[in-house]
Amino acid sequence: MERDDNAKYKMRVKELSCFYGPRPALTGVSMGIRQRQITALIGPSGCGKSTFLRCLNRMNDTISSARVEGKVTLDGEDIYAPHYDITRLRQRVGMVFQRPNPFPQSVYDNVAFGPRIVLREQRKRGLDEIVEDSLRGVGLWNEVKDDLDQEATQLSLGQQQRLCLARVVAVRPEIILMDEPASALDPIDTLKIEDLMRELVEDYTIVIVTHNMQQAARVSDWTAFFLTDDERVGELVEYGATAQIFTRPQDERTERYITGEFG
Amino acid sequence: MLRKRLESELQRLSDEVLALGDMVIEAIMESVALLKARDLEGSERLIEADRDINERRFDIESSILVLIATQQPMASDLRRLAAMLEIIGELERIGDYAKGIANINLMIGEEPLIKPLIDVPRMAEKACSMLDSALEAFANSDVELARAVPDEDDEVDALYNQVYRELVTFILTDPQHTAEQANLLLWVAHNLERTADRATNICERVIFTTTGGMKELDTHFESDLVD
Repeated sequence: MERDDNAKYKMRVKELSCFYGPRPALTGVSMGIRQRQITALIGPSGCGKSTFLRCLNRMNDTISSARVEGKVTLDGEDIYAPHYDITRLRQRVGMVFQRPNPFPQSVYDNVAFGPRIVLREQRKRGLDEIVEDSLRGVGLWNEVKDDLDQEATQLSLGQQQRLCLARVVAVRPEIILMDEPASALDPIDTLKIEDLMRELVEDYTIVIVTHNMQQAARVSDWTAFFLTDDERVGELVEYGATAQIFTRPQDERTERYITGEFG
Repeated sequence: MLRKRLESELQRLSDEVLALGDMVIEAIMESVALLKARDLEGSERLIEADRDINERRFDIESSILVLIATQQPMASDLRRLAAMLEIIGELERIGDYAKGIANINLMIGEEPLIKPLIDVPRMAEKACSMLDSALEAFANSDVELARAVPDEDDEVDALYNQVYRELVTFILTDPQHTAEQANLLLWVAHNLERTADRATNICERVIFTTTGGMKELDTHFESDLVD
């Protein structure tokens, strides 16, 4: 599937600000995340893009000094509402990190970890099947099927990152957040991850943070450009179709960033 | 295969270029048929329809720019896209030739033709067959075919010379009644001759795409002096 201008908004963010202690990291960001599309967040270091991403599944809750203002909704429900079920949120909104972080367990157990906790469905549907489906879904099955008991840390970095994706996919999330998912990988593994993202977007909504704007251009349907300047910290400067952002940016600051004049 | 997105978009754009080529070939053939049939209304419609060709060219051009900006094509992929940018320019220009021929039909108006059109439709057929082959060479990255097409230009040039001599003879014999129309028909022949030249240009781009070499394919004709 390619860019769909009519895709509905899976998540909506309104006037979102985030502070670490007294220090602002994100200021008044409003934007929608379209369903079954890839949205890329780009911008120079310190622009607030990772902070924004972490607000989407309340990862910032784990940082005691973090404070969030504004509203984030998932399918219309406020995820910061007082009694919102965070465990359920993290299952619906999965996350993949910069460095592959498999558990020091077997390949099988890594993928089965989430379903064992979260999915009751496993009673009806075997865990083996979930593991196989998830590994197939990330194009890893053929590479590991003969030795599912091997230690996950024995895999190559690229394989480990796909395993981490399989681990996320195994709990059947609706949204996958990716924070620099390819920055530790070589160019071929990077392209594999990107192709995989294009396959996954058939079923999932994906939001990716990347400092590699060529990657954002290659893989995403929508691009949001964040910037911290003298006036504001973590501001959303421009948000639009990736094709438009990279050929006809509307804001002069976006133009300067993507043509390499700063950042 | 890696980079499926780039691959599928390259394929889609190639198909678009070929579709534009078909539109242009049809426009040229139609323009000459309408001239021969003295169908003025048809020519008016053809002039209108040139807009579709131009729009399609701009659509392809903008998709190519997006693809270059977002997918960072390299080597043969990049050459193919650069070639497509050139080729759609050639095609749009050929579309303009068809429109020019339609305009000439309108300028001649209700006046009967000073001579039956025999060689001009032949020129159109030959030029369009060259164009068709050039596009086939593009579609299949067929360097052999791309190298062979320009040889056919000799036939178009021979036909052009024949038409030229014939029309000049008309002018010399009875300038008062023939000069204006003969001049207009000469432009028709000229447009068709240029169509064949542009087919050759497309072949050069195919060779560039496939081999990476830029080489002018000689068409041995003095009409390179004008456009």
